[in-house]
Amino acid sequence: MTAPPAVPRSFREASARRRLLDLLDPGSFRELLGPAARESSPHLAALDLPVSFDDGVVVGAGRLGGEPVLAAGQEGRFLGGAVGEVHGAKLTGLLQRALRERPRAVLLLLDTGGVRLQEANAGIEAVSEVMRAVLSARGAGVPVLALVGGAWGCFGGMGIVARCCDAVVMSEEARLGLSGPDVIEASRGVEELDASDRAMVWRTWGGKHRALLGEADELVEDDPAAFRRAALEWVRRPRPLSLPALEREQAFLARRLEELGGCADGPDAWRAAGVAEPDRLPLLDLPAWSAAVGGARRRRP
Amino acid sequence: MTAAELLRRLFPAGCEVRREGDLLLGTGTAAAGPVAVIGIDGGAEVGVEGALRLARAVLEVVREHPGRPILTLVDSRGQRMSKRDEVLGLNGYLGHLAACVELARRSGHRILALVHGEAVSGSYLPLGMMADDIHAVEGARLGVMALPAMAQVTKIPLARLEALSRENPVLAPGLEPFLRIGAVASVWRAPLDAALAEALARPALPDGRAALGRERGGRLRAELVARRVRDEDADGP
Amino acid sequence: MEHLAFEMDSREEGGPARPPVLVGAVGSGNLEVLVEPGGGAGRCRVEVHTSAPGFAAVWEAVLRDFAGRHPVAGLSLAVNDGGATPAVVTLRLGQALEEYRRPGR
Repeated sequence: MTAPPAVPRSFREASARRRLLDLLDPGSFRELLGPAARESSPHLAALDLPVSFDDGVVVGAGRLGGEPVLAAGQEGRFLGGAVGEVHGAKLTGLLQRALRERPRAVLLLLDTGGVRLQEANAGIEAVSEVMRAVLSARGAGVPVLALVGGAWGCFGGMGIVARCCDAVVMSEEARLGLSGPDVIEASRGVEELDASDRAMVWRTWGGKHRALLGEADELVEDDPAAFRRAALEWVRRPRPLSLPALEREQAFLARRLEELGGCADGPDAWRAAGVAEPDRLPLLDLPAWSAAVGGARRRRP
Repeated sequence: MTAAELLRRLFPAGCEVRREGDLLLGTGTAAAGPVAVIGIDGGAEVGVEGALRLARAVLEVVREHPGRPILTLVDSRGQRMSKRDEVLGLNGYLGHLAACVELARRSGHRILALVHGEAVSGSYLPLGMMADDIHAVEGARLGVMALPAMAQVTKIPLARLEALSRENPVLAPGLEPFLRIGAVASVWRAPLDAALAEALARPALPDGRAALGRERGGRLRAELVARRVRDEDADGP
Repeated sequence: MEHLAFEMDSREEGGPARPPVLVGAVGSGNLEVLVEPGGGAGRCRVEVHTSAPGFAAVWEAVLRDFAGRHPVAGLSLAVNDGGATPAVVTLRLGQALEEYRRPGR
């Protein structure tokens, strides 16, 4: 039998189920509509593509710090965690369940390229229904957290969904955005962006840049325990969906355009934000990075 | 149909809607009173500035005109795809826009969307698709991706995709497939002011698009799956 | 896609009925295995859904070998396969069975 690992496990390398088990209180996770229900995609077979018994997402109930929560984990290894009809409906159902059960929070472990193109229309519709359900849950007073630490990061419509949540927690290795590097290169050409430039990709979409902008509220190591600590912290800090709160957010985002709107890439933005030696930032570990960015790091209101 | 023509038909009693770049912002006079108009026109892409401007317009309606219905107009081919928009966090700007629309809903504003041209992904999600109910004029072009591009990405031959999309409304772009999956409630035909008045008279309901998709036979699993996750007991230990 | 179904003899019982487990993921060269109670005394039922058609004989050989060496009687295995090699299939089957039988799960 497997002994507990002596070294910290990687959140990024873990399966969606493993991430949920590591995040929640030991033994507390109960899956809803699990793989034995065989609720697979109804659309992939016609395209001669294999299905997954859970359609690439695990949803269920558990506890965090002794309090009841609902949680979902996207499985990035299946079709890049992309959202199809069933996958999205499981997320929407979970968020609707929150309206009835009133858990302490809903935790979304996002690992996705966005809409599943093989289910195009049903995919975008599913993302929209998830987005509405996230905001309904928040409006009803249930905090929703986005935890982004998988190999796919979080892109497309789900990148917008992440920012509809109360807070975003990211690892340095994760990426968050709307149009990914391949999409931009394909539509605008390599002169606009060279998707094979890995360092540039991380300077643009990676955790450090997102945390410096304030797009990610907390940057953590690629370690399940670190994500757990951050989740425990951020479920206690919901952001109200009120006019004053959204006007503060409006001002925050307007100020970013004034200050950084002329910046075409990450290091430009870091310099404009007040970082003394921006080119060093990608090389630093998290404590050193925190010290180096200091007061230049923006925080969402 | 041009935006000017569309607005004339929606608001024969008059409207004051100004154009700011590709955005349409202002107020129209419907049978039951003033309606805030917040729209994207000309198939424009929405970047960080546009998203922020749209969000400001929604917040202004909530602050200054409590309860006033909001009509969002959508003719947009999606989000602006540029490195600068991504560097600045376009997803965050659009997420904020979606949250502003939700605030308006929760504050008692009736929110309708009318697709009068294209409606694609990044810009459609936080504005049109956040409405209580979504309508379109004939000829509206909704979609995720044209079939040739989808063939390239999925490595499935184009002829096969074309054949499949005759049966299954999830693949091909167009208005008809989006009606069938419940993503669009109805097509507004002339007279448009009557269609608007009728929609405004109906109460806002919770998101019923999955149920509509099932009823129309275009999306059979979404509602059932969501309901099972929402209502069933969790798997035992 | 090709759909295959097998019934295997297995000498040893897979143990008392326990909650199902899913191990692995469906991707190119990878597969997922769902283990559930079922299959009947002394027998193991296997269903395979694979994107690589034409390998029924290989599947049967791999599965019979696995069932002969592991306690899978009274279990039902279901596989979604993205074209994994026999070595990967055997590895995942072993991981899935170990997870299914793990005490305290």
